[in-house]
Amino acid sequence: MGSQGGFYQSKEFLDLVKSIGEARSKAEEDRIVLNEIETLKRRISEPDIPKRKMKEYIIRLVYIEMLGHDASFGYIHAVKMTHDDSLLVKRTGYLAVTLFLNEDHDLIILIVNTIQKDLKSDNYLVVCAALNAVCKLINEETIPAVLPQVMELLAHPKEAVRKKAIMALHRFYQKSPSSVSHLVSNFRKRLCDNDPGVMGATLCPLFELIARDVNSYKDLVISFVSILKQVAERRLSKAYDYHQMPAPFIQIKLLKILALLGSGDKQASENMYTVVGDIFRKCDSSSNIGNAVLYECICCVSSIYPNPKLLESAADVISRFLKSDSHNLKYMGIDALGRLIKISPEIAEQHQLAVIDCLEDPDDTLKRKTFELLYKMTKSTNVEVIVDRMIDYMISINDNHYKTEIASRCVELAEQFAPSNQWFIQTMNRVFEHAGDLVNIKVAHNLMRLIAEGFGEDDDNADTKLRSSAVESYLRILGEPKLPSVFLQVICWVLGEYGTADGMFSASDITGKLCDVAEAYSNDETVKAYATTALMKIYAFEIAARRKVDMLPECQSLMEELLASHSTDLQQRAYELQAVIGLDAHAVACIMPSDASCEDIEVDRDLSFLNDYIQEAIEKGAQPYIPESERSGMLNISNFRNQDHHEASSHGLRFEAYELPKPAVQSRIPQTLIASTEIVPVPEPMYPRESYQTTMPSIPSDAGSAELKLRLEGVQKKWGRSTYTPATSTSNSTSQKTVNGTSQGDGASTVSSMRETYDSRKPQVEVSHEKQKLAASLFGGSSKTEKRPATGHKAAKASSHVVEKSHVPKSSLEVASEKAAPAQQPPDLLDLGEPTATSTALQLDPFKQLEGLLDATEVASAVNGAPAASRSPDIMALYADTAAGIHNKNDADLLSGLSNPSVTNMPGTTAMPQVTQSSSKGPNPKDSLEKDALVRQMGVNPSSQNPNLFKDLLG
Amino acid sequence: MIKAVMVMNTQGKPRLAKFFDYLPVEKQQELIRRVFGVLCSRPENVSNFIEAESIFGPDSRLVYNHFATLYFVVVFDSSENQLAMLDLIQLLGQQTLERCFKNVCELDIVFNYSKIHTILDEIILGGQVLETRSTEIMRAVEEISKLEAATNAISFIPKSASSWLSR
Repeated sequence: MGSQGGFYQSKEFLDLVKSIGEARSKAEEDRIVLNEIETLKRRISEPDIPKRKMKEYIIRLVYIEMLGHDASFGYIHAVKMTHDDSLLVKRTGYLAVTLFLNEDHDLIILIVNTIQKDLKSDNYLVVCAALNAVCKLINEETIPAVLPQVMELLAHPKEAVRKKAIMALHRFYQKSPSSVSHLVSNFRKRLCDNDPGVMGATLCPLFELIARDVNSYKDLVISFVSILKQVAERRLSKAYDYHQMPAPFIQIKLLKILALLGSGDKQASENMYTVVGDIFRKCDSSSNIGNAVLYECICCVSSIYPNPKLLESAADVISRFLKSDSHNLKYMGIDALGRLIKISPEIAEQHQLAVIDCLEDPDDTLKRKTFELLYKMTKSTNVEVIVDRMIDYMISINDNHYKTEIASRCVELAEQFAPSNQWFIQTMNRVFEHAGDLVNIKVAHNLMRLIAEGFGEDDDNADTKLRSSAVESYLRILGEPKLPSVFLQVICWVLGEYGTADGMFSASDITGKLCDVAEAYSNDETVKAYATTALMKIYAFEIAARRKVDMLPECQSLMEELLASHSTDLQQRAYELQAVIGLDAHAVACIMPSDASCEDIEVDRDLSFLNDYIQEAIEKGAQPYIPESERSGMLNISNFRNQDHHEASSHGLRFEAYELPKPAVQSRIPQTLIASTEIVPVPEPMYPRESYQTTMPSIPSDAGSAELKLRLEGVQKKWGRSTYTPATSTSNSTSQKTVNGTSQGDGASTVSSMRETYDSRKPQVEVSHEKQKLAASLFGGSSKTEKRPATGHKAAKASSHVVEKSHVPKSSLEVASEKAAPAQQPPDLLDLGEPTATSTALQLDPFKQLEGLLDATEVASAVNGAPAASRSPDIMALYADTAAGIHNKNDADLLSGLSNPSVTNMPGTTAMPQVTQSSSKGPNPKDSLEKDALVRQMGVNPSSQNPNLFKDLLG
Repeated sequence: MIKAVMVMNTQGKPRLAKFFDYLPVEKQQELIRRVFGVLCSRPENVSNFIEAESIFGPDSRLVYNHFATLYFVVVFDSSENQLAMLDLIQLLGQQTLERCFKNVCELDIVFNYSKIHTILDEIILGGQVLETRSTEIMRAVEEISKLEAATNAISFIPKSASSWLSR
C-alpha cells in the first residue's frame, strides 16, 4: 500500500478490513466487528497513545459505525481530539464528530467552544476544518455563538474560506431562517466577489432565497444575466473549464435561478432570451456536462415567458436527446418533453415513436419517466390506451410506493377522462384488484357514488344498465380468492344496493354471496359490517316488495355469530337486521327505500321539530335552556367548584351529573339562541329526514336554520365527466325533479357533449405496425379529437376539483370556445393543454357576454335539442334520479362520508351567478355554439370512441 | 441540495457513506441496503438515474455510476441537475481519486478514509457543490496532507478521556 501518502495505517487495520471483506456471512462479519469493538474499547482508553495511533483508532471507529455497529463509546474521544493543537488530530476529530454526532447531541456543547476558537485561527486550514464542522454540527441554539466569527470570515483573504463561510451562513439560513434573516443581504454582496468560485458558491443560497421569495430579487435579473453571459463567453479563467465547458456548474445554477425569476414575468424574461439563445447555440452537446447545461436551458425556457425561437431550439435539443443512444439522454429528453408540452403541445407528436420506444425500454427509470409524461398528456382520446398500459405496468411491479402512486394516477385519469361508464368500472375493478389496499379509501367511496348516481346519461335506463353490469362483474370477481378489503367493501355495498334491483339475480343468490364474503374474510370487521348492511338492504327490499323472505341457513348462522360479536358495531348491525326483518312492508319501505342512496339528507341541526314540545314544556313551567356559552359566562368559566356551589344553593341537591343530556333535548327553544347552538355538539342525525317531517310537520326549516345546515352546496363532485351546479337553497324532492330539467342545465351539457372535430391525420412512415397504432392512439394521430367537459382543464385538475366542479357552465362553455379554435387552426393540433385560443377574447365586455351567453345557451339547446337528446351524456340528468325522499338509514351511518356530499344538487336554480363567472373568461361563446351547431348540421356524427383503434391494443 | 454520497462495492458493502443531514446509524444502514437492492437489480446499459422517492422520501433523485467493483451513488433533490450530478461522480471517482491513488481500488477508499472525506468536503459542503475544479481540490488536499505530516512529528495524546473530563 505505497500509495497512501501521509495517511499511515497499521497492519492491524489492514487485517481487519481484509477479514471483514472475506467474511462469508453477516454473522461472521458481526463477530469480527464485535471483537474489534472490544479491542478498541480497551486500547482507546489507555493513557499516552501516540497521536497517529489515536487517529487510526478513531478512523477504525468510523469504519465500524459505517458498517452499522454502535461506536458511541468512542464519541468522547473524537470530541477530545478536536481540542488538540495538532492539525492532523484536530481534523480527524472534526471528521469523526461530523460523522458521529447530530446537531442535537449532548456532546456538541463541548465542541462549540473549540469551534469558536478555531474559527479565529491564523491557519486557514484550521478555519476550514472548523467551518466544515459548523455546517454539520451547529443547531438553532448554537448559531449565535459562532455567527459573529462566520460573518467576519466572509471577508477572509483566502477564497476557500470565504466560500465555506458562505456555505455555513447558508446552512444557518436553512436551519433557522429567522436567526440570520438580517444577514441575507450578505449573499447579494458576495455575488460581486472577485473570485468566481465564491460567486458560484453564493448562487446556492441565492437560489434558495429566490425560490422562497421571487419578487425581492427581481432587480438581480440583469446581474445574473450578465454573469451568465460572461461565463458563457469564456471570460473566466481556463481553470474553471470542465470538459471544455466554461464553469458548467455555475451556468446550471444561474439558469435555474433565471427560470425562477422569469417565470410568468415577461419583462424579466425578455432580458434572458439572448443569453439563453447563445448558450443553446454554443453548448457542446457531445459531453455529458454540455447536455446537462442544455437540459437546464430547456427547463429555463419552459419556465420563463415563452419565446418562439427559444422554444424551437429547445425542441431541437429534445429531439437530439430522444434520438440519442444514451439512456440518460433519453431520460432527460422525456423529462424535458414533459416540461415543454405544457407550452407547446404540438411537439409531442413528432416524438411519438421515440416515446413509445422508451415505454418499452427495459430500463425501469426511463419507463416510469415515460409514464409520467403520458400522464401529463392524457386526454379523452387516449385515456384508454394510457390507463391500460399503466395498469399493466402496475401489475408488473412490486414496489408498493410506486404502485400506490401509479394506481392513484390511473384513478385520477379514469375519473377525469372516462369515455364510458362500463370502461370506468372495469378500470376501477382492475385497479382495485391489483393495487388493492394501496388505493385510497376515498376512491372506493367515489366508485360507489358513481354507481349510485350514474354517469348522468340521459335516461335512467343507462344507469340501470351500469348498475347491472357492475353487479354482474362483482359477482364474477367474488369468485377470485383473496380480494383487497377496500374492494370488498365496494362490492358488498353495490350488491346490497343493486344486487336484486334488476331482477336478474334472486335475493338468495346475492345473500348467499354476501354470507360467503363475510365468512371468507371473517377477520376483516369492516368488510363484515358492509356485508351485514348489504344483507339488511336485500331483505328490506324483499320485504318492501312484499315477497316472502327466507333467510338462508348460512345467513342465519352468520347473524347468530354477529349478535354475539365483540364488535359493538357488528352487533348493532345484526340487531338492526333482525329488527328490520320483523317489520311490515310499509315500515320497511320507509326505513329502507330502494335505490335511495344518493337522496338528500336534510340535517335539521336546530332540531326545530322539537319546538312545539319544548314550548309545551316551558308552559308547564320547565326551565328554559341556557346555552353552554352563556352558562359559562355566568358561572365564571369552567370553575367546577363555583358551579357546584351555585347548583347546590339553588336546588339543594347536586344535579349536574344529570344535566348533561339536557342540551340535546332542549336546545331549540328560543330562536335568538340559535347562533350559539353550534357550540353544542349536535349528534349526527340518526333518523331519516322523513321521520322529522312526519312527526313535526308544522315546523318548516326557517331562514335562520339554513345557515346552520351542513354546508353541502358546492361540495365537489368527484367525477370527472359530470359536474353539477352549486345550489343555494334547499328544496324538497318534487321541486328538485322539476328543476333538473331546466334548459340551462341541458343546454350546457349538450353543448359540451358535442365536442368533436375530425382529424384526418395519418401516422407517419411505416415503422412497426403495432407501434404506429399505439402512437396513433396515444397521440391522437388518426382519431378525432374529442373533448369532454373536463378535458380542457388538465392543468386545473385534481387539486382544484372544487373550482372546476362548481362552475359547470363555465367549463363547458369554455370547452365550447376551445372547440371553435380547432376549426380555424390546422386540425392536427394536439389538445394537450389549454389551447391558447382561450385567451383571445378576454377583453370583451363581460356584461355583453353575459347577455350573449344567456341566449346562446337557449339557442344552443334549441338547435341541439333533438340530436343531442338521443345520445349525448347529459350531465344534469344524473341528478334526475337523486330525487329527495327518505334517506336510507344505513347509508347515513355506514357511509355518511360518502353520501353526504351528494346532497342538494340543484342544477339550474342558480344559473345566473355562474353565468356571470363564466363570462369573465373565455371567448365569445355564442359564436362557438353556433359553429358547433353548424358542425352538427353538416353531418359530423360524433361517436364516443373509434373502436378500431383500440381493438388491437386492448383485445 | 445533495442529501447523501455513498460508495459501496458490488457486494453491497458500504465503503463510504456521507449523509448531509443527520440520520441515525440504523437508518443509514437501511438506506444503504435498499439502495443496493435497487442498484444490483438494474440491468447493464441502462440509465444512471433512479427514482428514489420510495427510499428517500419525496423530492429525491438518485444518480449512480459503476467503476470497477464500486458503485458511487449521489442522492439529491430537484434543485440539482441529474446529468451534472453524474459528472460530479465522475469528478470524484475518476478524476480526483485516480489522481490521488492511481488505479483507485476498493481498499484505497477504506484505508484512506479520512483523505476521501477531505476530498469530499472540498467538493461538497453542507449539501451544496462547492468546488468542481479537480486541480483545486487536489491542491487543497495536498496542502492539508503536508501540514498534517508536519505536525505529525511530535506524538502522544497525554491523558485518557476520563482524566481529561475530570479536569
